[in-house]
Amino acid sequence: MATLHVDIVSAEGEIFSGEAAMVFAPASQGDVGIAPRHAPLLTKLRPGDLRVQTPEGEEKFFYVTGGILEVQPHIVTVMADTAMRGDELDEEMARVAKEAAEQQLASASKQDIEHAQQQLVEAAARYRAAQKLRGRKG
Amino acid sequence: MSNLKEIRTKIGSVKNTQKITAAMEMVAASKLRRTQDRMRQTRPFADKIRTAIGHLYKANPEYKHPYLVERDIKRVGYIVITTDRGLCGGLNVNEFRMLLNELREWKSKGVEADLCLLGSKGVQFFRSLDVNVVGATSNIGENPSMSDLIASITMMLEAFETGGEEGGIDSLFLVHNRFDSTMSQKPQSVTLIPVEAPDAEELPQHWDYIYEPEATELLTSVLQRYIESQVYRGTVENVACEMAAKMVAMKSATDNAGKLIDNLQLDYNKARQAAITQEISEIVGGAAAVSE
Repeated sequence: MATLHVDIVSAEGEIFSGEAAMVFAPASQGDVGIAPRHAPLLTKLRPGDLRVQTPEGEEKFFYVTGGILEVQPHIVTVMADTAMRGDELDEEMARVAKEAAEQQLASASKQDIEHAQQQLVEAAARYRAAQKLRGRKG
Repeated sequence: MSNLKEIRTKIGSVKNTQKITAAMEMVAASKLRRTQDRMRQTRPFADKIRTAIGHLYKANPEYKHPYLVERDIKRVGYIVITTDRGLCGGLNVNEFRMLLNELREWKSKGVEADLCLLGSKGVQFFRSLDVNVVGATSNIGENPSMSDLIASITMMLEAFETGGEEGGIDSLFLVHNRFDSTMSQKPQSVTLIPVEAPDAEELPQHWDYIYEPEATELLTSVLQRYIESQVYRGTVENVACEMAAKMVAMKSATDNAGKLIDNLQLDYNKARQAAITQEISEIVGGAAAVSE
């Protein structure tokens, strides 16, 4: 079976490197699923979760706050802004951040709204990733 | 007798100081090793992002991104990375000296400079000087994270977009210490903007990416990340320099304390001998007086 080589790097270091059967990423113009022999693609990422399906059928979760995705037929490179390991994601922390962002949105002046919305999107994505992870474990 | 006791206490206190400096030397050595690992880890990201810039640049050779174009310089910006703590020899001082020279050169050309300081020592140093400090972040610590730096970088990038005529900047430099080896660290100034145009020649000719969104728009965010990663690397490298310089400074402090102890010990022995001699001559003198 053809596989992809996936590298997830952030400015602070390498996060993941390995083989995958398929990669799902939150691209800026909609989620993309990348199978081997995908056409070369370069796109921005929005906050969300990145899934890597290993050839053994296992799924790995990563949370990205943004970044660049580069696809070549057999190589996928994610240049992530901050990508934590899914296992390190704290659901409680994510929930608190989401609530704080919602509150801020409620009481914000007009200039702040854009910033707060951005935060809300991030917090919501973090929360989703954490929940999904717990569902898998439980 | 009091003299003897004084010397003994002095030896004791120097020995304590020596223990502290020796411990600090070892701490710095182990932190240095860890920081060097971190420095290595920043490389894959920088390499990959440089390739991506190369592709994007080649995709639209006729499009000149503002970050890649050299402008007439009316005003420059500096991101200056310094250490948070002292006891690291002349590391910061050398850096300041180089920077002040550069600033003087700009001034003689009639160009003004804005400084953005990262690290407490820089903040302390430039507070008393007549320079334009537009931003300052201290206490970045030994494990700098991107989130600590991002605000300063974004601020300078915005200033660049404003341009020198309206009080922004036309070129951006990064000043930090370069890690050559444990024994040698040199301050250096790197040009962040304009970004050096990548070599498009080496890239394969027969295929191109699908760009989502437009290549020009992507180029902006890729270039921004490239600049950020360079600043991050500079910060980590500066921490490595701090640790190496601290290690060397503490080693020489430990050696000097050793020398000091040797000298004091010599003085102590002399004083002790003098006291004994005096006592003997007093006894002999007393005995001679009795026998007469």
